[in-house]
Amino acid sequence: MQRSRRISQITVYFFLLIGAAFCLLPLFWLIRSSLMTSLQIFEMPPKWIPAPFQFQNYVEALTSIDFFRFFRNTLTITVSCLAGALISSSLGAYSYARLSWPGRNIFFSLLLASMMLPSAVTLIPTFIGWRLVDLINTYFPLIMPVWFGSAFDIFLLRQFYSSIPKDLDEAAYVDGAGPWTIFYRIIIPLSKPALIVIGLFSFMNSWNDFMGPLVYLNEESKFTMALGLQMFQSLHSAQWHLLMAASTFVIMPVIIVFFIGQRYFIEGITLTGMKG
Amino acid sequence: MLSSLLLSFTDYRIVNTPKFIGFDNYTRLFDGTDQYFYNSLAVTFKYVILRVPLGLMFSFIVAFLLNMEFIRGKSIFRTIFYLPVIVPAVASSMIWIWLFSPDLGLFNSFLEALGLPTLNWLYSEETVVPSIVLMSLWGMGSTIIIFLAGLQGVPRSLYEAAIVDGAGAMRKFLHITIPMMTPIIFFNLIMGSIGAFQVFTEALIMTQGGPNNASLFYNYYIYREAFLFGEMGHASAIAWILFIIILIVTAIFFRTSKSWVFYESEV
Repeated sequence: MQRSRRISQITVYFFLLIGAAFCLLPLFWLIRSSLMTSLQIFEMPPKWIPAPFQFQNYVEALTSIDFFRFFRNTLTITVSCLAGALISSSLGAYSYARLSWPGRNIFFSLLLASMMLPSAVTLIPTFIGWRLVDLINTYFPLIMPVWFGSAFDIFLLRQFYSSIPKDLDEAAYVDGAGPWTIFYRIIIPLSKPALIVIGLFSFMNSWNDFMGPLVYLNEESKFTMALGLQMFQSLHSAQWHLLMAASTFVIMPVIIVFFIGQRYFIEGITLTGMKG
Repeated sequence: MLSSLLLSFTDYRIVNTPKFIGFDNYTRLFDGTDQYFYNSLAVTFKYVILRVPLGLMFSFIVAFLLNMEFIRGKSIFRTIFYLPVIVPAVASSMIWIWLFSPDLGLFNSFLEALGLPTLNWLYSEETVVPSIVLMSLWGMGSTIIIFLAGLQGVPRSLYEAAIVDGAGAMRKFLHITIPMMTPIIFFNLIMGSIGAFQVFTEALIMTQGGPNNASLFYNYYIYREAFLFGEMGHASAIAWILFIIILIVTAIFFRTSKSWVFYESEV
């Protein structure tokens, strides 16, 4: 009994380790290849550790295309979206959760219904709309929608706000606080974890977004990192060491943010079932 | 949304003004004038049919193993399995093109080392869709975590009662774990299928629909019609068909769910 239990435990660990290797190996391979010369990459059988470390690749990759500019562009978009998501979704959710106004329930069901549409259906008319107001090739189409609040975030926050006891608002109200004070003195501080979750996902979405910039931006100086990387691929398709260095550079910021906010990421997914 | 529906009945090539043409966009699709339509439907269905069940099984198994009592370092494993999800699709496509590369990719050197025949992965019509499915399994982290959370929510008292009744591991799994997990399996099934119908970035970066349109995924097809060929009206019609397909598939899942999804509250 003891023996067979031991064996089954080892088997489970074995499979988990294979799974973990399957997840980590591509990333390891990326970083390894990004630090090799192109000759080393082609060596057969493949080497696991680059010798010597070829940091030169990064310099070459980042200067052959203006990655720092793409980095700044991406950062601008991401920060604006992050602010928009946090401000407008939390205000929207507050009004759905705590304020009563005519038509509130109808608007809320409309909001939920809008979550069901696949993006391919709305993309074309949205694109034509932005084209009519002549804002193609600007960051507006990428940032503005977020400032109108995302249905998903509002829904999530509304659920969270609804779980905050109403007595708190009432006590504050008796003390002479208006809805604004209640919002930023009581609701916001109490819902920090939910706001962090939304912030992290919003960061990740706009940082990793590919289709949006692809459709709306057409001038190279406005490109984001995702587009830059794609451009880089078509320019240097045979230079794997440079491609891998550029990819590592694009991935690093998300990985760093992920490790900082890791606990909240995992919590966020279990809370919301949201896809990353 | 309405404007998209209206557009699908027009001839709108971005340079001209929209002209109403009734159902022409749709008939053009169904009568085979647009040779890519059926092809891209077939490709997409092939992908969905391969990817959704495989993805569910893979992530369920990982979550189940992770949930075993004696496993240490759960949070480390969780982090590792989730890590690929955060990698931007452009970058992960780049990594995987490299891994799949026929002459110098990691996969082929593994196969060679094991004495197996090597594959052409993305460059052959037969293997391109399975290759992209394999790559998509890499990003199953959030499904794994949702399953894991569900497994942790199964009341322990049920298992204890089953042990008292003399149930073995297999019976516990079949009669408690699976039934209690059906709502979550159902949720992941729906989300997974909706997501799988809408693959895009991988198709654009890795294959551009090739070889010979064997990976012309539906969403990429819409994008190509609308933004590369400028056929906005036609593309809207294609998009609407996707929407209807997703609705029908989801409706079928919901219909059949009554017979297999088990909700605790209904007991």
